Amino acid sequence: MLFRIVRKSLRQHIVSTTVTALAIALAAGLVMSVFAIQRQTYAAFTGGDIGFDAVLGARGSQLQLVLNTVFHLETSPGNIPYSLYKEIAGNAQVELAIPYAVGDNYEGFRIVGTTEEIFTEFGFRRGKKFQPEPGGRFFDSDAQEAVIGSFAARETGLKIGDIFQPYHGLIFDEKNRHNDDYTVVGILEPTNSPSDRVIWIPLDGIYRMSGHVLRGAGENYTAQTGETIPDEAKEVSAVMLKFKSPQAGMNLDQLINRQGKAATLAFPIGRTMAELFDKLGWVNRVLELVAYLVVVVAAFSILAGIYNSINERRREFAIFRALGARRPTVFAVILLEAVSVAAIGTLLGYCVFILIMWATAFIVREQTGVVLDIFRFEWALVFTPLLMIIVGAVAGILPALKAYRTDVAENLSPVS
Amino acid sequence: MGTVVFLPGNGSDPMTLLVENLKKNFASPDGSTQAVVNIDHFVLGNAEQLAVEGRSGTGKTTFLNLIAGILQADSGTIAIDGEEMSGLSESKRDVLRARKIGYIFQTFNLLQGFTALENVILGMTFGPGADEEFALGLLERVGLKNRADYRPRQLSVGQQQRVALARALANRPRLVLADEPTGNLDSRSAFESLELIREVSLENRASLLLVSHDRRILERFDTVTRFEDINRATE
Repeated sequence: MLFRIVRKSLRQHIVSTTVTALAIALAAGLVMSVFAIQRQTYAAFTGGDIGFDAVLGARGSQLQLVLNTVFHLETSPGNIPYSLYKEIAGNAQVELAIPYAVGDNYEGFRIVGTTEEIFTEFGFRRGKKFQPEPGGRFFDSDAQEAVIGSFAARETGLKIGDIFQPYHGLIFDEKNRHNDDYTVVGILEPTNSPSDRVIWIPLDGIYRMSGHVLRGAGENYTAQTGETIPDEAKEVSAVMLKFKSPQAGMNLDQLINRQGKAATLAFPIGRTMAELFDKLGWVNRVLELVAYLVVVVAAFSILAGIYNSINERRREFAIFRALGARRPTVFAVILLEAVSVAAIGTLLGYCVFILIMWATAFIVREQTGVVLDIFRFEWALVFTPLLMIIVGAVAGILPALKAYRTDVAENLSPVS
Repeated sequence: MGTVVFLPGNGSDPMTLLVENLKKNFASPDGSTQAVVNIDHFVLGNAEQLAVEGRSGTGKTTFLNLIAGILQADSGTIAIDGEEMSGLSESKRDVLRARKIGYIFQTFNLLQGFTALENVILGMTFGPGADEEFALGLLERVGLKNRADYRPRQLSVGQQQRVALARALANRPRLVLADEPTGNLDSRSAFESLELIREVSLENRASLLLVSHDRRILERFDTVTRFEDINRATE
């Protein structure tokens, strides 16, 4: 019967109950989202299997190098000589070395010049290689052909057989259009990785792009049609590396970063990204603080909603008492109401959580290609409801005390 | 002074209600203490039905509230069915009230958000526990079985009063207190309602203590006591 009393009361004050439950839903959804997003973005950017162990690039920031080559963000820190790529590719400790040359875009999607090995040898995830969708194929290294990531294809509308011109730089500006026609020969199946946002063309294509000048030899070199480009003139933006053993990475880290001065080796990639997240730890704390503040506001919403109704309900409590209900029973009814509103709100909070996660996943995917899993289990999804119910109970104490103190005789109907 | 009459019973039947040297004072606005109830001796026998007559403001409701344990007396004793109430804590008085006393209020005090059936079930919830079948039986007895799902505002005043009666009997009380139960009813409804209260109380072997200042109602009782005659505070 106590639950029936609580249910009736919540229904009788439906507006107040709804508003309070929505406040709780927002708070619960926010708290769950903040923690889920923190954990998932950290895992996606630092711990995910991306297929490479390290990145070799120009001397400078490892973070910038990783962001530019693995996540296709940021600008390139510079170029390294082609000879360095050949040297590292020939290193006995290196299993796979794939060069990247960047600096062009199409409709904002980055164009990466590379070799066929990105399709034939590279696994973007353990045991998984890039696959073209039916009807497509990988590019021919000697042709002006392009293979497009699934997301880039969807957003640009490019289909197999379409011809497009690259644009110089990272911004889609008509003034920077190259006079080179590229034919789309393949669209990759989705990989749920940053590679979905990339347009892949042959490395040679970057070298021969109209307006591109190579400085690998220290002097300007412009490729001529039909002419073989000497290796010493070539440069690459980065070399993506896979090692034969973890020890190889440590050896090369020692050799290149500590002893050498010509290049930077970002190894391990996960640690580089983790350092970024450590630097941005304050952002997480601010987000958590905001979420907890919303919880406090929601708690006050419960308190205010129920407390304000106590005055109108004094007669109701007096009747309960006159029928034999003890003071603790009246206290328990109010506390149960507060907990019930918190529980209802928390259930709705899962809807808020899904909405926030969906929106966040959409934005993160749009901007980085990294995919967040909306329905992945997080402990926050268990602890948050418990937290909200405790918050509801605590918020209900003050109104419950007020109901507890209701004077029966004073609040029953007029005396004779 | 009115006469208190007992229904004949055998010597082993306990008195349902025994009041001795009961006093209750309230603070006046000027800070002084005013006695509202000062009763030397009052009894109500097993299944007895007694009407108490008194003008408004003489302390009748306070008297009923003391018997029900809603108020605590300043001194004196109240025993319900041989169980001494006055020395009990508030919590224990609440329990005793839930088990042994039914109360019909002047304006019924039904809960508007609850149906007639739920109001009756509430009358037993804090005592013997909810028994929906018994509650429905009570509503049927008072002629409201077909109105079980109606809320108080959907019932006439007379119907609300009958729900209040059913609720007062829901916990199978030993004592029913009725405070001006017909005050809001027209004459015909008042008589019908009074007869129902008396019949159903008798059927359930509950003693009835009814307070009223309505002469038409009081005339229906064999035994009427003037409150001013037993309450020295109104002298």
